Amino acid sequence: MAYSKKVIDKFEKTLKEPEKNSVGRWDPSEGDIGTGMVGAPACGDVMRLQIKCESKDNTHVIKDVKFKTYGCGSAIASSSELVDMLKGKTLEEAKNIKNVDIAEALDLPPIKIHCSVLAEDSIRQAIEDYETKI
Amino acid sequence: MKLPIYMDNHSTTQCDPRVVDAMLPYFTEKFGNSASRNHSFGWEGEEGVAYARKQIAKLINADAKEIVFTSGATESDNLALKGVVEMYKEKGDHIITSSTEHRAILDAAKSLEKRDMNVTYLPVDKFGMVNPEDVRGAITDKTILISVMLANNEIGTINPVKEIGKIAKEKGVLFHCDATQGVGKIPVDVQDMGIDLMSFTSHKIYGPKGVGALFVRRKPRVRLEAMIHGGGHERGMRSGTLPTHQIVGMGEAFRLANEEMDSDNLRIKSLRDKFWEGLKDIEEVHLNGHIDDRVAGFLNVSFNFVEGESLIMALKDVAVSSGSACTSASLEPSYVLRALGLKDELAHSSIRFAIGRFTTEEEINYTINLVKESVMQLRELSPLWDMFKDGVDLDKVEWVQH
Repeated sequence: MAYSKKVIDKFEKTLKEPEKNSVGRWDPSEGDIGTGMVGAPACGDVMRLQIKCESKDNTHVIKDVKFKTYGCGSAIASSSELVDMLKGKTLEEAKNIKNVDIAEALDLPPIKIHCSVLAEDSIRQAIEDYETKI
Repeated sequence: MKLPIYMDNHSTTQCDPRVVDAMLPYFTEKFGNSASRNHSFGWEGEEGVAYARKQIAKLINADAKEIVFTSGATESDNLALKGVVEMYKEKGDHIITSSTEHRAILDAAKSLEKRDMNVTYLPVDKFGMVNPEDVRGAITDKTILISVMLANNEIGTINPVKEIGKIAKEKGVLFHCDATQGVGKIPVDVQDMGIDLMSFTSHKIYGPKGVGALFVRRKPRVRLEAMIHGGGHERGMRSGTLPTHQIVGMGEAFRLANEEMDSDNLRIKSLRDKFWEGLKDIEEVHLNGHIDDRVAGFLNVSFNFVEGESLIMALKDVAVSSGSACTSASLEPSYVLRALGLKDELAHSSIRFAIGRFTTEEEINYTINLVKESVMQLRELSPLWDMFKDGVDLDKVEWVQH
């Protein structure tokens, strides 16, 4: 599998400097945290995405994001790319992020599109989880 | 030390420089067609081919006349299965093979199923070994061929071929062995092992690509229907002008194997053991395949909670392969590892290393350190590793499959 340079760069950055690239986790029971976990080990990829939100006048803004991903290089790069997209967005804006946005940003080949779909699912789940708390 | 490091010797090997030296004259000086009987150019070509044939036959204890040159092991496998079925289909419509064979066998068998053959795919044990008694149990009065590989291409496990050969002989069934990963790496004796047909290739043991052979027993005579028709080369079993330069290269590679296999193996095995020593203390690593009955250079390891393809990407200075789904177009993890009963996640987490004649100790040391570091980094990124460390039983989690 030949990777796009963007995937390789993103993957390597995430691997070498995990903290700078939002790798980590928060306690999912905290009130301002929304957690989404999608995928399955048997399928070869699992993503856990967490958003930390702040509310002001009924608008909820994603202040920070953390993630961990088990999966191929494209899956890891896709989650990392998603994290960059999410920071500072309102929940409504975040809901509009589509897998194609991630796939395009990373030049994912067709066989790796499922990685971006998984990333999209993870944000949807994280928002849902957060919304049950507000 | 030069980077990247080649650790994918079960995929193919570097040509030994001595092989290349032997080949070179056959491009520009001794370029004659070995089938040209009426001039010295042809005689020279024929001489080169004859010498190569002898070296090849010697390595497997066959007669030179029993070697049929092909384009490689895939063609040999196809010729053996389809050629035997075509020739003996009046006798029966059943063949037996195993579930961990190379795709060349499995796909050829599938195509025969479409031609109304019945195929039994025998299971393997957790080390990847076929049980000879299962072979015996599967034989019916309709069985015309048994095809079991010598050594598996993913895990290196060596099958009890001699026992299977004995059963085949007892029952009067032809026995084909795909020995692509065994010949030149472990001692092979077609007489002692009771093999009737055997596929093998040149490029797995430091010869050129594009040439291989099928051993076809003469006593008692095994007959084949040819797949490629033409000038009647190779006793009519495989027509086409012989690629003299490649055959000479293959012959030289086999000559070297005759002389150096034992010393090569000692060195390769000690490197492999050192490699495994360096890896085995990492938490949650599993060796796939048989611990002892394994081709010397092979090391197939699963690093739990790390996906294989991401590990390959992290090991970018080391050329290896993986049983992970992501490296294949099908998105299915290795069927070989699954046949051993390995859980899908461990199959996804596997890496195949294969050490060869040109691997150095320095390369092994470098790779050990790189693997350790990369596995640690990727586990830092892995939610599964977190869960494992938190004591979560991953089998009990309800995953959101996609």
